[in-house]
Amino acid sequence: MNEDPAILRTEKVGKSFGRFQALAGISCEFHRGRLTAIIGPNGAGKSTYFNLLSGALAPSAGRIWFEGRDITGLAQHRFATLGIAKSFQITSIFPELTVHENVRAVVQAREIRLNFWRSRNAYPQFAASAEALLERVGLSGRAGVIAGRLAHGEQRALEIALALASRPRLLLLDEPTAGMSPEETQAMMTLIAGLVPAHTVILVEHKMKLVMGIAERVLVLHNGEVLAIGTPDDIRANDEVRRVYLGQRAH
Amino acid sequence: MSAAFLTRAAGHRALLAALFLLVLPFLLPFRATAVNVLIDGLFAVGFNLVYGYVGLLSFGHAALFGGGAYATGLALLRLGLPWYGALVLGLVAGAAIAGIIGVLAIRTRGIYFAMVTLALAECVYYLAYQASGVTGGENGLRGIVLTKIDLFGLTLDFVDPLTRYFVIAAIVALALAALSRLLASPFGAVMEMVRENEARARASGVDVRAVKMLAFVLSGAFSGLAGGLQALHLAIVPIETLDYSTSGMVVMMCLLGGRGTFFGPFIGALVFLLLQNLVALISSHWQLPVGLVFMACVLFFPRGLWGQVTRWRPA
Repeated sequence: MNEDPAILRTEKVGKSFGRFQALAGISCEFHRGRLTAIIGPNGAGKSTYFNLLSGALAPSAGRIWFEGRDITGLAQHRFATLGIAKSFQITSIFPELTVHENVRAVVQAREIRLNFWRSRNAYPQFAASAEALLERVGLSGRAGVIAGRLAHGEQRALEIALALASRPRLLLLDEPTAGMSPEETQAMMTLIAGLVPAHTVILVEHKMKLVMGIAERVLVLHNGEVLAIGTPDDIRANDEVRRVYLGQRAH
Repeated sequence: MSAAFLTRAAGHRALLAALFLLVLPFLLPFRATAVNVLIDGLFAVGFNLVYGYVGLLSFGHAALFGGGAYATGLALLRLGLPWYGALVLGLVAGAAIAGIIGVLAIRTRGIYFAMVTLALAECVYYLAYQASGVTGGENGLRGIVLTKIDLFGLTLDFVDPLTRYFVIAAIVALALAALSRLLASPFGAVMEMVRENEARARASGVDVRAVKMLAFVLSGAFSGLAGGLQALHLAIVPIETLDYSTSGMVVMMCLLGGRGTFFGPFIGALVFLLLQNLVALISSHWQLPVGLVFMACVLFFPRGLWGQVTRWRPA
């Protein structure tokens, strides 16, 4: 299976909510160790596609393959245990726990869940991994702070640390820079660019300009369908993309 | 905050709690209240396992407590089991009933979970009410006799109130210690994840439904044990044990003391029973003043009395 360059493959996946078809059949391959960006105007189906890839929603049609395994319709926690992690568009952390406890809980929950007797503090290796992750996202200085009291940008960084904490091979990021200042956005994009090729990253982003510098491939969705796929240069040169996406934003 | 500091605080906490249980019967105006504080305290702490630590509001815990009480009573009365066997059966019955109710209720959330657990607990009540041949029906299960407790070759006089208090206190202390370890364990951490943020827990690979189910069954075990202790203590299981008012009482105790804090529900049980006993001296309408105090606590101490005391966590 490791010969297969595609870590994730979707085969005509679609999603309908009642009579509304949010996503027509989308077939796409995501290559191992690459950073792929999914872009598109509002209502293009980005979030729906993201939710199908992360297991938050089950597709109404089509199949999803992860590392050669059909994972269509598995429960979301199974996606996570198989090695797919995600960050949420709206920050989703454990607000009453400290920053360190947040990360350690996820690291530990990956390895050991059903021990009722030992102290949770009896595993120094999990605390060490948590510290390493906090270092990586630039939060080591804030380890003891209650997560709910962090500044917005710091919470976004913690969000990434939590996604990384389950040691995923595939990382799905949903608008990780939402609501960030330009400086924070820049730092976040540098952080994300550094995640490949150790991880495969799929990044959903509304702002096209942001991803053009770091993505190796770009998938453009429009009205629930694939409009274009290719390198950032291909996408920039694509007339249809210009028309439906860039045109409307007057670039 | 270093791990060493936490361990030390936890050590002192256990010591202080043990000391508190030792002096409790001498502090209260009525010794009988002390035993009830132990039993309802354990019940409330067990209830808090789902309400405070996983965030599930159950209105059906009477079935788990009462189920444990009936199981222990029947084990002594009909099966002739020794007292500890009867208590284990009470614990198992609480867990088993929780398992059945849990399977049916866990897929619902919030107020729906409360309603489904309430309805299922009412089913248990009517089952016990109708099966009068086994349970004594509306008269309750009578004639449970336990005068002596044998343990490690030691025979204790269970009729003596103070001996009885210390026997029950020892069992409750053991149960609380086990619960405290459980909460500090990796599974305790997973329960915290579920309470704090279900979506994030799920995305981290936690099977949220299984965790809730397991927590509910464990809560049932502690509630069943508390019920079993009450059967031994009262020598009768009144049908009211299964009544929905028992479910309501444990919610009140938990909120009064502070949900999500370890000792809060126990303190809540203490305050509740003390108020009830004191007011009952003056008037038979004890519910009114107790209700007013409860409302005042919810309004002014939303974290509960104990929760208010322990807001010490540094920023």
